[in-house]
Amino acid sequence: MIHLKNIEKVYRTSTIETLALNNINLDIQKGEFVSIMGPSGCGKSTLLNVMGLLDEPSKGTVELDGQPVTQYRDKELARLRNQKIGFIFQSFHLINDLSVLDNVEIPLLYRSTNGKPRQEYAKEALTKVGLGNRMKHFPKQLSGGQKQRVAIARAIVGNPDIILADEPTGNLDSGMGNEIMNILQQLNDEGATIVMVTHDEQMAKRTHRLVRLFDGTQVL
Amino acid sequence: MLLNYIKIAWKVLLRHPFYTFITLFGISLTLTVLMVLTSFLDHLLGTHYPEVRRDRSLYIMQMDMRDSSQTSRSSGPMSFKFLTDFVKTLKTPERVTICTFVNSSNAYVGSQKIKLNTKFTDADFWYVNGFEFLEGKPYNEQNIANGDYVAVITDDLKKQYFEGTESAVGREIEVENIRYRVIGVVRSGPITRPFSYSDIYFPYTTPKSNYQRSGMRGGYVCIILAKNKSDFAAIQEEFQGRIDRIPLPGVEDGFKYGVVNVGCQPYAENFIGTILGESSNLNAIFFGVVTFIMLMLMGLPAINLVNINVSRIMERASEIGIRKAFGAPVKTLVWQFIVENIFITFIGGAIALVFASVIIHLINESGWIAYADLTINLNVFLVSLLVCLVFGLLSGVLPALRMSKLNIAEALKS
Repeated sequence: MIHLKNIEKVYRTSTIETLALNNINLDIQKGEFVSIMGPSGCGKSTLLNVMGLLDEPSKGTVELDGQPVTQYRDKELARLRNQKIGFIFQSFHLINDLSVLDNVEIPLLYRSTNGKPRQEYAKEALTKVGLGNRMKHFPKQLSGGQKQRVAIARAIVGNPDIILADEPTGNLDSGMGNEIMNILQQLNDEGATIVMVTHDEQMAKRTHRLVRLFDGTQVL
Repeated sequence: MLLNYIKIAWKVLLRHPFYTFITLFGISLTLTVLMVLTSFLDHLLGTHYPEVRRDRSLYIMQMDMRDSSQTSRSSGPMSFKFLTDFVKTLKTPERVTICTFVNSSNAYVGSQKIKLNTKFTDADFWYVNGFEFLEGKPYNEQNIANGDYVAVITDDLKKQYFEGTESAVGREIEVENIRYRVIGVVRSGPITRPFSYSDIYFPYTTPKSNYQRSGMRGGYVCIILAKNKSDFAAIQEEFQGRIDRIPLPGVEDGFKYGVVNVGCQPYAENFIGTILGESSNLNAIFFGVVTFIMLMLMGLPAINLVNINVSRIMERASEIGIRKAFGAPVKTLVWQFIVENIFITFIGGAIALVFASVIIHLINESGWIAYADLTINLNVFLVSLLVCLVFGLLSGVLPALRMSKLNIAEALKS
């Protein structure tokens, strides 16, 4: 499903060059639940960004469903992100000015889904994560766990094949973290391919496979 | 989608009231100035009371005489005889009126002096212009042929001269020791329309009109009413044909002329030509300067707005990152920010419309321009709308491009 070949990512400033990812080769199969672990600054999030087409690698190729996408233009990359990938971020990244329902509708806005079905899909996704009664609330009115559930609803509303989660439980207490993990496991059971960055060994143990990074290099 | 953009734009406005105030203040101030300016130009040059047929009228205001070497010149209004011979007899126009420009005189009510603007006209003056008669009627060809001492006065003069009187028609008004019978009262027009403006109108056959003066120069001007605007070229050609037949060289009041030019133009061109001379280069310069000033008026606040918008990019960076991550292409985001900016500009435009209406009302009421009737009419409104749109685009495109090119991962970190 996702194939990374010889991926290298270098951040350059006028004085310093930092190698964030070094020769990463990774295959993610359809239906897998993979966790990525490693110390802070080892390149976990960068790897996830490259996988999710949010960032370009400096070298190497990214293939999605067998298609190399590294040379794709903005419009094609946007379409792939919109239709194939759903993101969950550690700090939720909800738009505070929009209601919960409007936030969840965002991916569908860029698919030209009409207003009414768009709302219906968003309501369905919110009900699935247990927030059917919070649709008109704004992010600031929700707890951390609820915000992350909204973020999950937004990630799954477009029914993507892949969900990329960057420390989805990082900002939550263990109880909330477990709830979020349960939802992710349920999504994986329903067929979603999930790649999750985490610091938590316990959470990682609940996934199918663990990838370890150290100083930008894959060590496991 | 559009609703979503507008919803976000509204929330962004509410997020920082001070920035919003500065932004809207800049936009509305600029647009107010432009709207008042447009309204004033429209008032000056557009088709309004009493010159309600100005859009299909040509104006002849002065004759320009030069010696053969074109080193000295003499210019000014024309004689009644000249205009009768050369213009009144034109075959293409629907009607031609000859009248004096604005003359001044005095009238007395008891010992109180009233300063008057007077005008001598023919009967067609009332056809070519669309005066509203509040009382009585205009003088006609018969009054003129008889040399009747009759006058049409404005409602304002009636108020001053016949204070407290219900009807002025049939009563007498004395101007420069001559008594005229008032046969009509019209609603006053503004002083900025000198071809029609006056306090009192006399037939040209009444005393002191100088209509019998021989020669080509005198105190009269002329309005030619075309059947259609499309007849302008034919009228101008016919008129020029007549002018070309003036025997040259000649002598007028001791001035030996070898060249005679008489402009016959729509009001706006005539007005600008009077200020700048007949040179078409100067006209181009005039319009160039006006366009430059308009662009500066719009451009400087737009640049300021671009500056504010660009400096606020980081505030929206996370939102841009989120939208891009979930599939918004650059083009869509550019449109989002342009739509947001146009929305904000239109709010500024609505505020400006209110400000401009208040200012225009104050100008009209102040008496700064006598009988001013500045309005925000459809033309002014459409120009304002266009200006809003241009302003919105000017101030929205660059920030939108900057915003949409933000790297997603970087934007999400902010």
